[in-house]
Amino acid sequence: MSFASSLYFTGAEVGLSLTGLVLLLVAAWGGQKSARMVTILAVAGLFGAAIFSMHLFDLATSEVAGRAFGDLYRADAFGSFGKVLIYLAAIAVLMVTPRFFDQRGAYRPEYPVLMLFNAVGMGMMVSATDLMTLYIGLEMSSLSSYVLASFLRQDSRSAEAGLKYFVLGGLASGIILYGVSLVYGFTGGTSYEGIRAALEADLSTGALFGVVFVLAGMAFKISAVPFHMWTPDVYEGAPTPVTAFFATAPKVAAMGMLVRMAMEPFAGQVEAWRQIVIFAALASIVVGALGAIGQQNLKRLLAYSSINNVGFILIGLAAATPAGVAGVMTYLAIYVAMTVGSFTALLMLRDPMGNNLETFADISGLSTKRPALAWCLLALMFSLAGIPPLFGFWGKFVVFQAAVQADLVALAAMGIAASVIGAFYYLKFIKVMFFDEPTRELETESPLGHWVVLGLSVLVISPLGYLLTIPLGQWSAAAAASFTAAM
Amino acid sequence: MIGIEHYLVVSAILFVIGVLGIFLNRKNIIVILMAIELILLSVNINLVAFSAYLTDMIGQVFAMFVLTVASGEAAIGLAILVIYFRSRGTIAVDDADRLKG
Repeated sequence: MSFASSLYFTGAEVGLSLTGLVLLLVAAWGGQKSARMVTILAVAGLFGAAIFSMHLFDLATSEVAGRAFGDLYRADAFGSFGKVLIYLAAIAVLMVTPRFFDQRGAYRPEYPVLMLFNAVGMGMMVSATDLMTLYIGLEMSSLSSYVLASFLRQDSRSAEAGLKYFVLGGLASGIILYGVSLVYGFTGGTSYEGIRAALEADLSTGALFGVVFVLAGMAFKISAVPFHMWTPDVYEGAPTPVTAFFATAPKVAAMGMLVRMAMEPFAGQVEAWRQIVIFAALASIVVGALGAIGQQNLKRLLAYSSINNVGFILIGLAAATPAGVAGVMTYLAIYVAMTVGSFTALLMLRDPMGNNLETFADISGLSTKRPALAWCLLALMFSLAGIPPLFGFWGKFVVFQAAVQADLVALAAMGIAASVIGAFYYLKFIKVMFFDEPTRELETESPLGHWVVLGLSVLVISPLGYLLTIPLGQWSAAAAASFTAAM
Repeated sequence: MIGIEHYLVVSAILFVIGVLGIFLNRKNIIVILMAIELILLSVNINLVAFSAYLTDMIGQVFAMFVLTVASGEAAIGLAILVIYFRSRGTIAVDDADRLKG
């Protein structure tokens, strides 16, 4: 485990950190007008990191243990899978961002730089195999997220969203950290392998408290019920591209960190955490579906939809088997495509002055004004609801299958029943877009970059996406195998 | 004789005060920032006490990381508070109600 090989395994993070630092200098030097160039370079950096992560993925599936820095960090298939998703989501968001801020004259080169540092933190979250690396990664991503949420400094809603996110995110970090300190004290170490060995036998009361605190704090980060209350406010108040980012990349990262935590250090105590995960899963599905029903603001509605989806993802984790973990990864990949697409469609809704629109009233009669956009939005909403011909159904299918195989038939049945509630508000989109009278003028042209991102995500979630089931299944299975290999 | 339990109790009390400070405080957002710091300090007491008890250095190293991150967090929190105050002219908790539904 030489220093050089450690640097090699952490290549994606090292490269992104250096890119971020250089771009920060460029931003300081070039000022406002360098924003475009910094964005393009940041996209290039993220693209390079994604390619490198794919390379490490191949390496990890050929039985190379990518332990770096004395096992503080591990480059395995699971981490690489998560990182590719995170980087791709960040690239998609960066592509659709500038137009939104330009309208307000508020696009600054710091935005892509913050995204880069955020991506470094998220990469560390999914690859950390020590509580210390985990904490640093988590804070690196959270701190830049707080700034991103309040990026529209003149807008009081953005500032309020940043403030709320900061307070509740800080509380969540504090809760995770308190749990971490208890786990450290009662198991005598911070490395995942050490904790796992110490927890194999009996679970002391102190360690149990630690596990519960850590899980509760992580539930905050993935916005699972009962710790979801910040999500609608922050999603509504933050600038729309930032919301698109929050709904995708950090969710993958937090979910990856939770899965690794549950399947590695806490793997010997499945019974201790399974009840909590099952409760959070069912509560998230129900609250996400019911909460969305009365919403008029589409960003708020998508926030509840993300809470709902997190519930389904947690069903895969509750299975606590390799098939369950593979289901989680498959679901996450599909979820990222659906969410990026939905928010891009939302960003394309503008009035003729170019102002962004975000309520149900604004999309009434969308099918007559912008038929292509209306059909894309319809496909995305049906996919989020999990209606069969679309690819969103496949994600739900694999997690339910894993739950049934793990003898959690009741959980799967309740999950399916609750997903019917969710169909209600997705169907409302059809009524409003296709049967209501158009009420306001809309911008009729959208930039090419938006169409590319929307087109790609709609292509993935369309029935054509089923061509992906076999490779996606293999990648997810390889990612899930990282944990059995470590055991 | 002061044992590990005493440290754990003090830190648990500080943690609870910090959490309650966030939820019960209805006046001022600065107080919430102080409550978050209090939570992080309770964690530090835990880490250092365990470190001494286990005669293991990791806890102290971890405490250093927590201190560093906490200062960064406070800086960002205050910066966000400043832009919030500029746009709203108040930092009372009850006035943070633009976002609701």
